[in-house]
Amino acid sequence: MAHSVPAGQKWWSGGKSPFNVEYGKLMMWYFLMSDAFTFGAFLISYGSIRFATNGWPDPNEVFRAFPLMGDTHLPLVFVSLMTFILIMSSVTMVLAVAAGHQNDRKKVTFYMILTIIGGLMFLGCQAWEWTHLHSEGAWWGRNPFVNADGSAATTNFTNFFFTITGFHGFHVFSGVIINIIMLIKNLRGDFEKRGHYLMIEKAGLYWHFVDLVWVFVFTCFYLL
Amino acid sequence: MSNEATLHGHAATSHDADVHHDEHGHHHKETFITKYVFSQDHKMIAKQFLITGMIWAILGGLMSVLFRLQLGYPDAHFQILEDLLGSKWAKGGQIQPEFYYALVTMHGTVLVFFVLTGGLSGTFANFLIPLQLGARDMASPMLNMLSYWFFWLASVTMLSSLFVETGPASGGWTSYPPLSALGDASEGSKIGMDLWIISMALFVVSSLLGGLNYISTILNLRTKGMSMTRMPLTIWALFFTAILGVLSFPVLLSGFILLLFDRHGGTSFYLSDIYIASGKALPNEGGSAILYQHLFWFLGHPEVYIIILPAMGLVSEVMSVNARKPIFGYMAMVGSMFAIAVLAFLVWAHHMFVTGLNPFLGSVFVLLTLLIAVPSAIKVFNWLTTLWKGNIRFTPAMLFAIGFVSMFISGGLTGIFLGNSTLDIQLHDTYFVIAHFHIVMGVSGILGMFAGIYHWFPKMYGRYLNNTMAYIHFWITLVGAYLIFWPMHYEGLAGMPRRYLDYSGWLSFNQFGGLNRFISTVAMIVFAAQLLFVFNFFYSIFKGRRVITQNPWGATTLEWTAPIRPGHGNWPGEIPEVHRWAYDYAKDGRDFIPQTEPLGSNESAH
Repeated sequence: MAHSVPAGQKWWSGGKSPFNVEYGKLMMWYFLMSDAFTFGAFLISYGSIRFATNGWPDPNEVFRAFPLMGDTHLPLVFVSLMTFILIMSSVTMVLAVAAGHQNDRKKVTFYMILTIIGGLMFLGCQAWEWTHLHSEGAWWGRNPFVNADGSAATTNFTNFFFTITGFHGFHVFSGVIINIIMLIKNLRGDFEKRGHYLMIEKAGLYWHFVDLVWVFVFTCFYLL
Repeated sequence: MSNEATLHGHAATSHDADVHHDEHGHHHKETFITKYVFSQDHKMIAKQFLITGMIWAILGGLMSVLFRLQLGYPDAHFQILEDLLGSKWAKGGQIQPEFYYALVTMHGTVLVFFVLTGGLSGTFANFLIPLQLGARDMASPMLNMLSYWFFWLASVTMLSSLFVETGPASGGWTSYPPLSALGDASEGSKIGMDLWIISMALFVVSSLLGGLNYISTILNLRTKGMSMTRMPLTIWALFFTAILGVLSFPVLLSGFILLLFDRHGGTSFYLSDIYIASGKALPNEGGSAILYQHLFWFLGHPEVYIIILPAMGLVSEVMSVNARKPIFGYMAMVGSMFAIAVLAFLVWAHHMFVTGLNPFLGSVFVLLTLLIAVPSAIKVFNWLTTLWKGNIRFTPAMLFAIGFVSMFISGGLTGIFLGNSTLDIQLHDTYFVIAHFHIVMGVSGILGMFAGIYHWFPKMYGRYLNNTMAYIHFWITLVGAYLIFWPMHYEGLAGMPRRYLDYSGWLSFNQFGGLNRFISTVAMIVFAAQLLFVFNFFYSIFKGRRVITQNPWGATTLEWTAPIRPGHGNWPGEIPEVHRWAYDYAKDGRDFIPQTEPLGSNESAH
């Protein structure tokens, strides 16, 4: 991809990209900065409302279920699994990008499939968690959980939870769609013909960003 | 071609290289649809933004005429209004309260976002960035086209809200909850509010796609020799504008998403302890209406710089060209724009001094707000010193540029009043605020836009605008704008609040009846002058005097080295190489030296 630039050349004097990246990657970085502000605004809103509220439910009490285990008390085990899956899908994405650098089409296909599976598994986990919470009576505007100190909670615990994890889930969903498109393009040999796998790299940037955001969402809703 | 290969990295090996990367702009067959409708040519997209913006400006201006009619003549009955608008909105020929609030809301939304953001940045960023940088087109012509069509979708959605039964949004252009969150609160908070939010969300998408493109193009696609410090100030201004938009609009989007959930999801992000008029208490608890204000103004304040920075850039360029002098303090201009862009993110709470903000926090925001006076003053002095001893050509564009500086000074000074939290207690939500932001942002922004249109119209359409109409347009607009907004300072100092339907019932404000009538009359005259401009614009596209020289203004920048009517790809042969900065006027005994001219033996690199 990189067009070699002789050493000692002035990077900013025009006629080439000062960062030696093509525009699409630059745009992706700026888009991610922009998106970081979207999530930042959400999380800061959440923080400010929570800070201004007298009590808040204890996440260890709310998120303690595990599929097929009945009435369990396994605080944060399931969400840890979800997080693990998402982070593993980031690892496979890195491997796909690395395979792209080696122009190894088969390996790219293999790791992209793993990444897509990881994304779908995460979405499946989130769907289960939402269904479970819904069955307990939680939804936008409805909060069955009491504050940690036993007093009645406002609905903003669930309001923010569903809005922000939903917005994140929507990002994961978009990422899976993008990854599927990349997989199809790779299977058709588009990147091989082009001689580089930059598109995989750009999809990778987005995917890592979505994972990174989850780390913050996870911290804010499950740990704090 | 070597240049492009470097710029695009992969273009050399790419099998599906985009059309615009090709050396010969128009060897492919263009149909009407691809040329005029779904065009990927940045020049056509610029014109689409411009004309859409102009349509919005006429509509938004007409709205102001309607509510000024009410404010100037609160007791009069204009039968024609009832005939045209129906008895729901103008019963007995009088503007009804709900309609009045819808008018002021839509006037603000339309002018701020659709005219002075979409219309201004959309037009000149698209038109000037590739032409002044020496690029064939934007980094991604496809996303650029989508940016316009999202703007179009936003426009259609907003326009459709004017025709729904309960009317468009009417909670003010800021759409504060709880009014905007509760459909029961007013007619305008029903479907009109939803359409407003959807339209604004589409607008954010459009602005994001455009902004990403502008930034990437400016960083990546400068032609050989066009270092950052050789860029014309227009490009610097549009660069900072795009960064502001990319970082602040998403926060607004988050705010809107929470608002939508409050409206339809039963949530309480912004709602707490509310009793509605029927006496019913709402169950919502724990939210904060102030949270929305923070999210809104985190965009809302950068937004005013998103409006004024492009105008500043256009004015700097027009002023230097027509004063036949280098812009005074180029690096100071860039530095002050950078300072404004940074401070833009740190002052939003000065819109919220009277919301119960902690006074200590308020004082921090006062300090940061007043700091903006420094870069603003640097810019003003640089414009004045650019004019100083210049060989000024009073073209219409130049007049508008000078008018911009005049307006910016007048409006900027009242900003120092309003930036003080103690003074703001008296002045908040009065006509003083209206006078301030209309002068410093609204009128200045539109004057800068006019300067740009008059200056670059010959490049856009290969014809000139009619000068006589232009001069009439300028003087009526400038004098009219002062006559409209200057008196509002007095009204505001006397405590006259914004957003009231009728002031005649208050003893304190009765005295302003005559003044209000005067303002309304001038507003109508100024509106008529804008129609003259619109006529001039469309007449001149087809019948204007033809441009016969490539560089009619004797400017140094690259757009004037392109053919008079550039095709897709801008330059028929190699793209030009740049050897000097953009402001070599009156140098070495020459009137101007184009950027493409190699350095002479007696010159050092600049």
